[in-house]
Amino acid sequence: MRYKQKKILKLVAIIALIGFAYFLFSYYGINLGLDLQGGAHIVLQAQETENREINDDVMTGIISIIERRVNQLGLTEPVIQRQGEKRIIVELPAIDDPNEAIDTIGRTAMLTFKNSSGEVVMTGDVINDASADYDQYGRPVVSFKLTKEGQKQFEKVTRRLLGQKMGIYLDNERLTNPTVQSVISGAGGQITGYSTVEEAREDAILIREGSLPVPVNVIARSTVGPTLGEIAIDKSLTAGLLGLLLVGIYMVFYYRFPGILAAIILAIYGLFLLGTLSGLQATLTLPGIAGLILSIGMAVDANIIIFERIKDEIKSGKTLRSAIDSGFKRAYTTILDANVTTIMTALILAYFTSGTVRGFAVTLGIGVAVSMFTAFFVTRNMLDLFSNTKLLKSDKAFGVRGGQ
Amino acid sequence: MDIMGKRKIWYTISIAIILIGFTFLLFNGLNFGIDFTGGTILEFTFDNKVTNTEVRDAISELDFSIDPQLQQTELDGKPGVIIKTKELNTDQISGVEKALEDKYSSTDMIRSDMVGPLIGQELRRNAIFAIIIASLAIVAYISMRFEFRFAIVAIITLLHDVSIVLGLFAILQKEINTAFVAALLTIIGYSINDTIVIFDRIRENMKLMRRTPFIEKANTAVLDTLPRSINTSLTTLITILAIYFFGGASLQTFMLALFIGMFAGTYSSIFVSSPLLVTWTKKLANN
Repeated sequence: MRYKQKKILKLVAIIALIGFAYFLFSYYGINLGLDLQGGAHIVLQAQETENREINDDVMTGIISIIERRVNQLGLTEPVIQRQGEKRIIVELPAIDDPNEAIDTIGRTAMLTFKNSSGEVVMTGDVINDASADYDQYGRPVVSFKLTKEGQKQFEKVTRRLLGQKMGIYLDNERLTNPTVQSVISGAGGQITGYSTVEEAREDAILIREGSLPVPVNVIARSTVGPTLGEIAIDKSLTAGLLGLLLVGIYMVFYYRFPGILAAIILAIYGLFLLGTLSGLQATLTLPGIAGLILSIGMAVDANIIIFERIKDEIKSGKTLRSAIDSGFKRAYTTILDANVTTIMTALILAYFTSGTVRGFAVTLGIGVAVSMFTAFFVTRNMLDLFSNTKLLKSDKAFGVRGGQ
Repeated sequence: MDIMGKRKIWYTISIAIILIGFTFLLFNGLNFGIDFTGGTILEFTFDNKVTNTEVRDAISELDFSIDPQLQQTELDGKPGVIIKTKELNTDQISGVEKALEDKYSSTDMIRSDMVGPLIGQELRRNAIFAIIIASLAIVAYISMRFEFRFAIVAIITLLHDVSIVLGLFAILQKEINTAFVAALLTIIGYSINDTIVIFDRIRENMKLMRRTPFIEKANTAVLDTLPRSINTSLTTLITILAIYFFGGASLQTFMLALFIGMFAGTYSSIFVSSPLLVTWTKKLANN
């Protein structure tokens, strides 16, 4: 009676875990990497200038300005992270025009006013707001407002340059080069020379949110269109399911009834894995899917090791129940030693690399850890559950051939 | 079956394969992709086929020269082209996109990758670093759980597998990218995994078969674990092949490396690692 109760308890525990994994998966969902959902990944590196070294303040300044620019562009769920000393990683999911965005994000955006001989007479610091607008002739322009201090300075400069040209530059690009017609003492002004209001809008963002304290370089970038990501998901899912199916068929063919158990355990393993990845909010990349599918191989391996051990024990004349017991005991150390090294490699890989390779290492590591748990807990209890049935007691179970 | 007794044959086979690979490695080198060398890859699709010459014409009007390598592709039934060239900045990438859009209105940039040379150098350094650290960690772990000689043999086996994969990639001139590094590290994991399962049996036999010579303990261990070795490699190779054929182009290099590595790993765990342990033990006994 007590034995039967224990069995029921084990079954309940397995079902509860399956339910929990399913809950995690359906509640949190899987985070897809940029290579799967489409988007842009940009690595920026801050550049030292003669006057400015790179330190934490400078980096924090750059990040907050980039954050504001990204928000102004109306991009959803951006990730902006500092990496190491001088680098910033910007990730923009689901983006229509990555080139425009990367251009806007990476600009130093130093606004300068220059006289006809190219000397800087005023900088963008004097501006406290800017927006895209149309002027009285319906041309797109950037309207800007000046600070109090800026108004005084602007008046002085326009007085000095009266009747001369005054170029307005954003970094090295000349936006417009008007002639100063009168002394301007008002609260702001307009920059003309745009062919579309979109261009004016982008520059308005750059001028309004201020310039970066030091220039940044785009040292790596990768963009993936949404269609490519979709195709990648479809294909790898098909491949994964096909792989799983073939492995299942092979296991059933070779191990008979325990093989069917192994196939069910594999399905449970798959659910545990999805649940764990969702619960940990790990990001799934394309190499990550590969890591996932490969960890299925490891999970099968654990079952194979266990079954082979049990088979050996049965061959040596033990009863099924004690064969399962001692087979498991001996399989424990093997599986542990074999998998710990893989987990170690995955951890080291995750630590030293970044981006998609890290995604791979993380899923592989999690996959192997979950597979060990599945082998030690689920496989064990499933075999116990069926240890009194004819299905496992049959001579052909575990692939034991008669007369051997 | 006497696997250990014929160990000189297995050594010869391994050394021959590795030497051939190294010859190619020496003369042809590896085909490093932009992840390592720095550069740009742009992929476009169109509604109708655009030939390489037409692409060249379209981008020849740019005010900078990019001297591209072109490759025709297909994505989801749409014809496309992959442009591989040196490192370009954002303006230049936009320039290429616009130049193509102006001539072919259906132009869709489905992928762009630009890697600066600095990142490439770092990747190379980090990859080598990761492999060395992983190897040291593995030696430490195996020495702790087994014996020092098991650890050294495991590392030699691992180098054997990695050498075969590198050699074959030198022969095939397949591109080495970031995913390849990940594949290499997975192979290291697998190789060690396979080796340990057999070492675990040898360790067990060292306790159970005290009287028998080491060579016999090793031979029994390899034979007893043979069903597991075969079943595990088969199931893993099945999944790898499924991904190789159905998983899309972007995973193929990765899967090819894994396939070769798994194959080499299974071979070496049976025919290289345990025989090496036997050779080592015999050498010790003779001195």
